[in-house]
Amino acid sequence: MINALKSVGRWLDARLQLGQTIADVAEHLVPRSSASWWYVFGSATLVVFILQVVTGICLATVYTPAADRAWDSLIYLNYHQPLGWYLRALHGWGSNFMVALMFVHMIQVFLFGAYKYPRELTWVAGCVLLLCTLGMAFTGQVLRFDQNAYWGLGIGASIAGRTPIIGFKIVHLILGGPIIAGETLSRFFALHVFVIPGLLIAFVGLHLYLVLRLGINEWPMPGRIVRRNTYLAQYHELVSADGEPFFPFAAQKDLVFAGLIILSLLVVAAVAGPIGPNGQPDPTIIETVPRPDFFFLWLFSLFALLPPWTETFLMLTGPVAVIGLLFALPFISGTGEKSWRRRPFSVVIVILAVTIIGTLTWLGTFSPWSPVMDAWSAAPTPVDYVKGRTPLELQGALLVQSKQCRNCHSLGDMGGMRGPALDDTATRLTRDQIVRQIIQGGGNMPAYGKNLTPAEVNALVAFLATMHPRGEPPARDSARPAVPASSN
Amino acid sequence: MEQLTEKTTRRTFLFRLGIAINAIAVALFAIPILGYVLSPARRFTWLDWIPLGPLTDYPEHQTRLAEYVNPFKKAWDGETAKIPCWVRRLAGDEFQVFAINCTHLGCPVRWFAESELFMCPCHGGVFYSDGRHASGPPPRALYQYKYKVEAGQLWVRAGELPTLGKPQV
Repeated sequence: MINALKSVGRWLDARLQLGQTIADVAEHLVPRSSASWWYVFGSATLVVFILQVVTGICLATVYTPAADRAWDSLIYLNYHQPLGWYLRALHGWGSNFMVALMFVHMIQVFLFGAYKYPRELTWVAGCVLLLCTLGMAFTGQVLRFDQNAYWGLGIGASIAGRTPIIGFKIVHLILGGPIIAGETLSRFFALHVFVIPGLLIAFVGLHLYLVLRLGINEWPMPGRIVRRNTYLAQYHELVSADGEPFFPFAAQKDLVFAGLIILSLLVVAAVAGPIGPNGQPDPTIIETVPRPDFFFLWLFSLFALLPPWTETFLMLTGPVAVIGLLFALPFISGTGEKSWRRRPFSVVIVILAVTIIGTLTWLGTFSPWSPVMDAWSAAPTPVDYVKGRTPLELQGALLVQSKQCRNCHSLGDMGGMRGPALDDTATRLTRDQIVRQIIQGGGNMPAYGKNLTPAEVNALVAFLATMHPRGEPPARDSARPAVPASSN
Repeated sequence: MEQLTEKTTRRTFLFRLGIAINAIAVALFAIPILGYVLSPARRFTWLDWIPLGPLTDYPEHQTRLAEYVNPFKKAWDGETAKIPCWVRRLAGDEFQVFAINCTHLGCPVRWFAESELFMCPCHGGVFYSDGRHASGPPPRALYQYKYKVEAGQLWVRAGELPTLGKPQV
């Protein structure tokens, strides 16, 4: 039996001529120091990508890439197609896993100086893979054709529309027509299923080929300087003196980590379930609060927080500059120290980037700049704020609700965070200042002068003047006599 | 020796001919491909007059949500063919018809009749009842459609997603 199998194997190898190539690849020598747990993120990203291809093909057998059917087919996948919910969950969470692993891999490669001579193009190919992966994440979010997809496309188009002169042409090109419609989805389907995966596969091939041909980066030692004329000889010396075959010496760690990643994905997808879709992509349903997926939240936050006058300039030049810098990195610092211990500037860049993107993402999860659209009708007035108030003050409390003040201002931690909380307004503003602020607006506040009668302003101010914590006196105009302590 | 040169020449000629033919073929092939893919950008204006219903649907001094069907709709557009807009009737035949899209990044603005403000759920843009910018990041007033009143009907000229690149007014 075993002999028969062996002879089949020999026959196949004689025809395919693959055995030697596979053996060469599997057993190529890697520096002993590179068989580290720090080197497992790239292979894990690739494994998740392969899973994405598998689950993506499965989903494509049911999903209908037509604007009038896509949402229905997603609902069908979630609730009717056997295991459709799980395949969607695996694909959606797989996307998050892939982006996360890719970023960890990128940070590791950056800190270990792996992009330096002679591996410049390995890094460049990696940058293309980064863009493709983010492209997959965005187009995938569009294929989940719901309200977030619809308005997310609107945001993308509005950014593109800011391009001088040809902006609207680019918008029409992206949308496949004058407005978000059937052809938009079809375009994004073609990108998500054919164009970007094709690029991904091609560049994964190049990336891996370069890793094999140029050798995996050795563990960076402080003081071991990369020089163009000596590095290759040093590397070969290192590998031949202290190298180990990739398989199984280094591959075992990749195997264990990739296995754990697959298992965690299976668990996370089972527990968290499929991502969306939320409401139908019907633009006439305007009671919606569009939010992008997790990995684009930081951009969403950035667009809210950038000074408006810088926005168009930064939206158009920022991505070009950042992507350009990423691509240029190995040509800017292609030699020298590899160890992060001797590259404090690089460590600072990583810490800054992670902190900025992390903070913006965190802010994006509750977006304090957005009005809470239903706070005026849904958030109750704290009981303490209406106890023992005069009828005029109560009238003001009602107006705070009915004039939608609470969409932007909170009371008792409920309501919007766009403007300051109203709980202690009276400690910050005198009555006159409150009147002025309401009528004229200012800061981020619209002017309400035209929308309020004098009687309404009077009532609002009467209520707001009571808004100071017990024991903390209200603000007063220092040019006027102090308000007798007994009056409040 | 001479014969060899002749052979080589014939070879190089064939090779060059091959390259030339393929270069021409690829260039010709690219014309329909590019024309097909870039076709949405070739047309300059996608606007048409669309009825928004009788004037009686729009009480004076009020702002109402209206919707129309995209004049360039395809059979498979489904719900995306429906486009909302805000109609503000000042008095008589005097209107303002605002696009639903915030001028910041295109999210749908919502009208709050009590405070007479349009608020955007995305980045906190706020507009006054006449569309002027009130607060937040939007760089300009709300986009407005051209309108006309004919035979007791309100018409708007619409069809494109308004963006800063082509705000339509």
